[in-house]
Amino acid sequence: MTDLIHLTADALAQKLASKEVSAVEATQAYLDRIGAVDGAINAFLHVNTDEALLVAAEVDKARTDGDTLHPLAGVPIAVKDLIVTKGQPTTAGSKILEGWQSPYDATVVRKLRAAKMPILGKTNLDEFAMGSSTEHSAYGPTRNPWDLDRIPGGSGGGSAAAVAAFEAPLALGTDTGGSIRQPGAVTGTVGVKPTYGGVSRYGAIAMASSLDQIGPVSRTVLDSALLHEVIGGHDPHDSTSLTDPVGALVEAARMGQVDGMRIGVIKELQGEGYQAGVLTRFHESLELLRSAGAEIVEVSCPNFRYALGAYYLIMPSEASSNLAKYDGVRFGLRVVPDGAPTIERVMGATRAAGFGHEVKRRIILGTYALSAGYYDAYYGSAQKVRTLIQRDFAAAFEQADVLISPTAPTTAFKLGEKLDDPLAMYLNDVATIPANMAGVPGLSLPGGLADEDGLPVGIQLLAPARQDARLYRVGAVLESMLEETWGGPLLAQAPAIPGIAGGK
Amino acid sequence: MTAVTDEVLSFDEAMEKYDPVLGFEVHVELNTKTKMFSSAPNAFGDVPNTNVTPVDLGLPGVLPVVNGVAVESAIKIGLALNCKIAEKCYFARKNYFYPDTPKNFQTSQFEDPIAYDGHIDIELADGTVFRVEIERAHMEEDAGKLTHMGGSTGRIQGAEFSLVDYNRAGVPLIEIVTKPIEGAGSRAPELAKAYVAAIREIVKNLGVSDARMERGNVRCDANVSLRPHDRETFGTRTETKNVNSLRSVEHAVRYEIQRHAAVLDSGTPIIQETRHWHEDTRSTTSGRPKSDADDYRYFPEPDLVPVVTNDAWIEKLRAELPEPPAERRKRLQADWGYSDAEFRDVVNAGVMSSIEDTIAAGVSAAVARKWWMGEISRRAKLADVEPAELGVTPELIVELNALIESGKINDKLSRDVLDGVLAGEGTPAEVVEKRGLAVVSDDGPLLEAIDGALAAQPDVADKIRGGKIQAVGAIVGGVMKATRGQADAGRVRELILQRLGVEG
Repeated sequence: MTDLIHLTADALAQKLASKEVSAVEATQAYLDRIGAVDGAINAFLHVNTDEALLVAAEVDKARTDGDTLHPLAGVPIAVKDLIVTKGQPTTAGSKILEGWQSPYDATVVRKLRAAKMPILGKTNLDEFAMGSSTEHSAYGPTRNPWDLDRIPGGSGGGSAAAVAAFEAPLALGTDTGGSIRQPGAVTGTVGVKPTYGGVSRYGAIAMASSLDQIGPVSRTVLDSALLHEVIGGHDPHDSTSLTDPVGALVEAARMGQVDGMRIGVIKELQGEGYQAGVLTRFHESLELLRSAGAEIVEVSCPNFRYALGAYYLIMPSEASSNLAKYDGVRFGLRVVPDGAPTIERVMGATRAAGFGHEVKRRIILGTYALSAGYYDAYYGSAQKVRTLIQRDFAAAFEQADVLISPTAPTTAFKLGEKLDDPLAMYLNDVATIPANMAGVPGLSLPGGLADEDGLPVGIQLLAPARQDARLYRVGAVLESMLEETWGGPLLAQAPAIPGIAGGK
Repeated sequence: MTAVTDEVLSFDEAMEKYDPVLGFEVHVELNTKTKMFSSAPNAFGDVPNTNVTPVDLGLPGVLPVVNGVAVESAIKIGLALNCKIAEKCYFARKNYFYPDTPKNFQTSQFEDPIAYDGHIDIELADGTVFRVEIERAHMEEDAGKLTHMGGSTGRIQGAEFSLVDYNRAGVPLIEIVTKPIEGAGSRAPELAKAYVAAIREIVKNLGVSDARMERGNVRCDANVSLRPHDRETFGTRTETKNVNSLRSVEHAVRYEIQRHAAVLDSGTPIIQETRHWHEDTRSTTSGRPKSDADDYRYFPEPDLVPVVTNDAWIEKLRAELPEPPAERRKRLQADWGYSDAEFRDVVNAGVMSSIEDTIAAGVSAAVARKWWMGEISRRAKLADVEPAELGVTPELIVELNALIESGKINDKLSRDVLDGVLAGEGTPAEVVEKRGLAVVSDDGPLLEAIDGALAAQPDVADKIRGGKIQAVGAIVGGVMKATRGQADAGRVRELILQRLGVEG
């Protein structure tokens, strides 16, 4: 039943509810798909076959017994390997955590379990979510299902590629500067970074605590809304978690409405540096929204030009501290050098061997930025820029209900193309970073294929904090109009994945 | 134990040449049920690494949550130290690598302590009052405990390996920091001891800490510097760490003053460093160099939101504060009418509260003092226990006193009655009955005994008749001996004088 895997999560949920399909069938279909294509894609670092089937069987039994089930019960999901799970390894894409198993579940994982969603496994990522291509994973890069020689974005390339390659209907990602949205853009999938605090971070391995946010990865806007409602809401284990209720996101996605809405085009997030094919698709989307009754206005966010620079001070500063705990003392890799090593040498050797280049680069940057004598100039200034970006957003949201931009400046680039040029790599996130700096929610959805390379282009929507529903309301309209022009989902146009026997 | 002994100057000589400046950092462990940022029990003496949650071990993905009771305790301490309480304060990360610190940073407060700008009046043994200014009191977490194994000294030098117990990691601490204390002169060591004793008394009185120094509930780092009498700028300071008994605080400050004086006299500069106190040799040894340039890369803790206080909350806590110990002592001394010397003895004997309770039960201040400072203290000394631990209740003293005042027994007999009561023979009245201890109050047998005594000492009788009334004691003694102490000495005196026809 290969068709099963092409169903949206919403459609699958309905078939499960009507008992047309069993949860075991659906879960097995996805496991089979993983077995068939993941040798080529490398989206999964761990496949959770037994437990996933066990949970699916429980769902089927409960359904037979007539128990009340969550609407997504039995819909399988993949989890980014930055999020801790009991009973499965969690590596954060790093050698320093190779073989480590968490004794506790992340709050979002507890919620998936409570909803009885079978967890298919853990997806690949740039080490500690540091990267925009998934090439910085210590376990090899993930490949883009649209072109195996290209990157699937990062850091959440594994989750995006898994969903794009029909290895999972849904996945969890984390987004610190675009790690959900940019992979979504380059793989033709949907990804949402919720309002900061909207989803508990408890159990998400921290890169930059003030920027990190867990969010949904899916093939449709509605599917993301469904998952967002499962994982969202207040968590007493996360002090930065909002006390607001999640909101009617699914309803917003089902209703879809842009008539009379003001949609602001961010002047600073287009033009130079953006691929022509990306801009062409972006402008088509604007026209579609206008034709649906939205008012398209231009807004200016002059301080966005400093966002990338400020981000690369705040993020490494927090990361340098967050990653200090990986020292070989309590868990994970421990490297004991020869001789009579002191604790200092054990810590040093462990971190030297366990961390990859990009992680070390950011730890060094952050340590420097926080150092006495440099703190004010670097971390302090960056925080001021952050305030300015928040003000830019506040002003822009006075003129527009939702903001819009391309998600990423380019389509997927080739593996290895930017690996030796960190600055070029960092520029991939130029359009996604401002949302993290201000804590506002963002959604990326497919905007079509670029003319010059036939690869997916992402459209980003941004809303004020706590107004995540607006993203779904607008996103659903744009998605349906675009699909009408394409004659179906964009992923239907993706080439077949060359059958490489593999799987794990 | 290091064999190097530093040169020291005699204390008097040091005082002739130099003026000491002190500063204290006192860490108070709170007695909250759970830890500062986790739900793990805050308990002493349990099996190592049992009072830990993933948060206390710094496992990947965990987040801290502030203990609200600890915040209230911090505010109470601040109020008791006459501090201002911050309307809004932040936690900060103090970054340094050490295996007793699970995250390799300590969550503390840096620029915005919860309490600041206070003072405390310290009364020295002779009644001199010395005001110590408080710079700040801030919240933080304790580290775990390292045990160095395989060496001969228990120190890290020479150890083969070290064990770490994280039960203490995350225990709430309040660090109280003084401003530089000038002008104590030769009383500096005494003031040091009295200051730490006062802090201990205050936190114990507030009920926020068990305040047991031998368990490390109250730990003192003592800063000492010297300057010539005619100079205003401070000399270079040393910080003697973890001086953990009141006596040690006094000795350590005295030692450092003497050592500094010898170093300065030799013309060499003081090295700014931490010093370790050794109780066995009553000396300090060099620890690690410490400078103001120590770089902990403090930055605001992004995983926690600010602690916000308000006047209503603070005033509610202020209203709940117990009477400050110093004020209570002043009030009680005035109420009881004790002289300064009497009252100091009562405080030093540790019977102030017992006396207060005994007076409340219905005897005069003089009677209560007579019992607690006399018979009960004597017995406590013999038994090597605290007077309050003997089991003498205020009610018992009231009963004994009533028996004495009614003339049924005298002071001497009352000790026998107390023996009987403490031996479980019943109430004081029952013991009097059973042991036949009532004083002889029938004048008949007394007069008989008096006549005998006068006959035995005719020369004394003559002296009394001749007006030397003070000689009556010898006859009283004879009568008491004859009645085996069961006579009322006052009545005996009266009868003797009557018998001899002398006005008493």
